[in-house]
This record gives sequence, C-alpha cells and structure tokens, in this order.
Amino acid sequence: MGAIFWKEMADHFGRRRFIFLLALVLLAIVWALSVIFGSVQDAASSREEFLFLKVFSSSTDVLPSLLFFISFFGPLAGIILGFDSINSERTQGTLARVLSNPVHRDSVYNGKFLAGLATLSVIQISTILGIVGATMASLGIVPDGEEIIRLVGFAIVAIAYLGLWLAVSMAASIFFRSTVVSAMVAIGLWLLSTFFLILVAGAIADFFVGEIDTQEAAIEHFNIETWISRVSPSFLFSEAADTLLNPTVRSLGVFLQEQVPGLLSSPISAVQSLRLVWPHIVAMISAVVVFLAVSYTKFIREEIRS
Amino acid sequence: MSEVIIEAEGLTKRYGNFTAVDSLNLRLEEGEVFGFLGPNGSGKSTTILMLLGLTEPTEGWARISGFDPTRNPLAVKRMIGFLPESVGFYNDLTGRENLQYTARLNSMPMEESDERIEELMDQVELSAAKSQPVGQYSRGMRQRLGLADVLLKEPKLVILDDPTLGLDPAGVNWLLQLIQEMSRTQGITVFISSHRLHEVQRICNRVGIMSHGKMVLEGAVGELVDRQEEGYQLELEVNDATPELMQALQGLPTVDRCVALGNTITISSKDQVRSKALAAVMEHGVDLHQMQARDRSLEEIYLRYFQEA
Repeated sequence: MGAIFWKEMADHFGRRRFIFLLALVLLAIVWALSVIFGSVQDAASSREEFLFLKVFSSSTDVLPSLLFFISFFGPLAGIILGFDSINSERTQGTLARVLSNPVHRDSVYNGKFLAGLATLSVIQISTILGIVGATMASLGIVPDGEEIIRLVGFAIVAIAYLGLWLAVSMAASIFFRSTVVSAMVAIGLWLLSTFFLILVAGAIADFFVGEIDTQEAAIEHFNIETWISRVSPSFLFSEAADTLLNPTVRSLGVFLQEQVPGLLSSPISAVQSLRLVWPHIVAMISAVVVFLAVSYTKFIREEIRS
Repeated sequence: MSEVIIEAEGLTKRYGNFTAVDSLNLRLEEGEVFGFLGPNGSGKSTTILMLLGLTEPTEGWARISGFDPTRNPLAVKRMIGFLPESVGFYNDLTGRENLQYTARLNSMPMEESDERIEELMDQVELSAAKSQPVGQYSRGMRQRLGLADVLLKEPKLVILDDPTLGLDPAGVNWLLQLIQEMSRTQGITVFISSHRLHEVQRICNRVGIMSHGKMVLEGAVGELVDRQEEGYQLELEVNDATPELMQALQGLPTVDRCVALGNTITISSKDQVRSKALAAVMEHGVDLHQMQARDRSLEEIYLRYFQEA
C-alpha cells in the first residue's frame, strides 16, 4: 500500500489541479486579511477576547465569514481529489495492470484514500496556519493555549468534513465509469445536501408542526428542522465549527425565556466545547466509514477489464 | 515430469443468460508456449481474467502452480506477468517511472530494480525513450514497455492478451521473437491469446482454439493438421478440364472428391496422389499450367471455426 500511497501523493502535488487548491489557500488568507481589517481590528481595539477565533467566524459588510468559505470550497477540494481516482485508471487501462501485480484491491483503494486525505490535511492545515500567521502579522498578537486547542479541534473537524467529500467522490468514481458523470454526481450530492436539504428542512418542519402558536410548537419546529439539516455534512460542519470557534455557544438546542436569567455569560472551556461537538465529529467519521464500506463492497468483487 | 503451471477444470463464466466461458479445461506444463486462439468474443479475455483472479468464475476452478486465484490472489499475482489487451500506463510519467512503480508494487529493492529496469529497457529497445513521458509513446513502444513491465518481476508464467494487436508486421515479428527467446532462455511458461492465428502459431508448442466459450480444438500444431479428416488437397490448373480427365482423377485410389472450377481442379484425398494425378493429366493429353499441393493448414481449420462465430 505504501507504494500506492506515495505514487498518489506525488500525483496530487504534481498535477495542475493542485494549483487550484493552492489558489484556494491563498484566497483564504486574503479573505482572512480583509476580515481582519474589516471587522476584527475594531474588536481588537476594544480589547475583546479570542481574536484568532473571531477571524474565522466574523463576517464583514462585503464578505461572509471564513467558515462559510471553508464549508463552501472544502467539499470542492475533496471532490477534485477523488472524482476520477478509480475510473480514470480503469479507462486508462492501468487498473488491470496494477492489479495484476501482488497488491490487494483494498490497498489500491486505501492508498488512494489516505493520499487524498493527507493532501487535504496539508491544504487545510496550511490554510489555518496561514490565517493565524496573517492575524499575528497584522494585529501583533499571539494565540493563547485555549485558542490553540480550539483551532486544533477545528482543524480536525474540517479535515473530517473534507475527507467525507473525498469518500463521496471516490465512491462515485467506483460506481460510474465516466469521470464526467462521477464528478457531476459528487457535485450534485454536494449541492443537494448543502442547499436543497436545508431549504427543505424548514418546509418539512412546517408540515409536521403546522402553525407555530405555542412555545412547544416552536421548539418542535426547531428540533425537526435541525435534525433534518444535520443530515447535511455542511450543516454538521458549520454547527461544530461555530461551537468550537465561539466559546460563548454553550448548547446546540434552544433556551427557553425563563432559563436565560440562570445562564452564566462567561465563555465555556475548550474541552467543554469539544464535548459538545463530539457527536458531530463521530457522525462525520461514521459517514466516511459508510461511504468507504459501500465502495469496498462494490470494488472488491468487481471484474476488472482492460 | 515437469510442474503443472496452469490447471483449470470446468471453468465457467456466465453473465446473466450469456455464457462467456463454458466448462473449460486447461493444463499447461512448465516451459510450454501455449497459443490461446479464437475470434473476438469467444471468451479468451474472460478466461484470462479468471486465471488472474480479476473476475470470479461462476463454476469450476483454476489453479496457478497449485494456488487458487480467487482465494490466494497475491501468491498467484507474484508469479504471473500479465500484459493486458490494451496495456495502460500513466501517461504523465516516463517509461522508466512507470516501471519503477511496478517494481515498488512488487516490493523489489530499489537498487536491484533500477538496474533491471535499465537492462529491460535495452532489451525492448526503448533506451532512447526511457525518459520520455509515456503519453508520447507509439502503440508499438507501449507494447514493448508492457513486455518490459511484465518481465520486470521475473515471472514464472507470462500471460499475454492479444499482444500483436495494432502492431505493424515488423513489430509483430520482433515481439514474437522476443517472447520465444525468453521462453527458451529463461524457461518461462507463456500463455498467449490471439485472434490472429498465423502470427502466433509458429512460436507455440501447443494451441487451443476457442469458439463460443468452448475449447473446440486443442493440441500441437502439427497434430491438429493431421487430425483433419480430409487429408490432402491438390490443386491443378489445366488448359481444359475434360470430363474424361475428371473421371480418371476421380477414379484414383484414396480420392474422395474432385471438383473443377473453370480450369482449376481441386482434388481432396486421404493420401498424397500427386504423381498419379500428374500421370493422368499426361495420359489425357491435357496441358498442365500449374500444380500445387495445399496443406490443410491450421489457418483453414481456424477459419472454419471463425466463420461459424
């Protein structure tokens, strides 16, 4: 598997599409700078806390937040690395040749997935480091321990999110012989889950709850909508990332009016935030596992014709 | 007795209602060059895929040196060098890099394999192009690189799926010679599939002819010719095929059939009747333009099965 992993890594870094990924990293840093000068700078002068986290989560008058940027373009990066991984080798005729050598089929798949995941990690981590660096350079502050823990947690969530889309696009590359079709299917799934599902979630909640006249009805409406939305990876990612990057988020549910006076307004610790988003991380990793399992069962016993 | 390399019994592959390979039996001993012949779609490639474990047989079994390709694919793939029908390489890598990848897939030590790659590139006459991306290679060059790729892991058995497809006659000659040489000098067993018999027949010890998923004929090339019931054919071209002459020829011993088509007479017989036929022609005062003994070549046998297909 090592041979396949390194070959794929070399491919990822050597191909023209890697330039696109690098451009995304640069764009993210430029985006960060504009957020810093657009809104975080004011927060800095009023001595607010968690400025590094604010760079990720604040928006400006012109731009949405960096979180939105990552939740939007991250899946594209995952899809770009995976959509032609198996089917292009099939059409090129290399798959039959590679598999006639003493390697297991799952090694081919695993090697490719891990190489993609490693590439995505490099991209994601360099984006985060680049943004942190830009913040340090422009505001002249350093992140404290709490912020570093939160950023590491955020990196893990982001990589799991990107990895999920890699798994989706690799599954598409197994099920569809043509690279164009598999790219379309992966992008279609992404659009469906990112935009359509969240739109539909509200409508479904309306249908079940009817008129929102009581407090209970409002809570139920919110619950149905949230749970349906959570099927969407991008919603899951945004929720988890928001919680990690915003220490004042203390629950993912609703608070009743009478509960609010009892709440402390101080931020919660990084570990507590991580505990809140733990289910999100597990959900994303299990989704990856499901897609890998589906791909395996199709790929392992398939006929490989040249 | 030498070792049995390929053994298969009742090997069958069905796709829905269609039977691609129908209870095939195979047996190849070490050092043999076996020609696996048949028209396109007769089940040759599917058989090869089953031997390699790239697809599972519906029924029956195959063993490569005693290993089951489905249960023990790695042991089988370590021994076999496989050249697929249209061999694919990574177009953006150079010829040498492609071979290096194969070496790594076979966990060969780097230095040893690098040396061997240089050697093989020389052998297949690609030394000049080894640092060029494969995307710039011609069809013939790819096929040669494929051969180097197959030989790199020092296989016991080489399976070539239609290796002469798309090559010019000189390329075909060169390729077949190389295959023959490696079988002779290194004792490698060769299983070569082709739909063009005349090219391959001369380097094979034994051939099998496939038709509709079944092996319809199998044996050494000479043996197959002898086995044909019609024996010999003699073609005479005369200035006038008179009825008397035809009668005389028909009357010769062992002659089965005698047909005149214009001034060309074709005689089919069990034994050779050349001199007797010549004598008959002289006797009837007919001028002989040309006489040709035609071996019932394997090609004819082959054509017969192909026309059915």
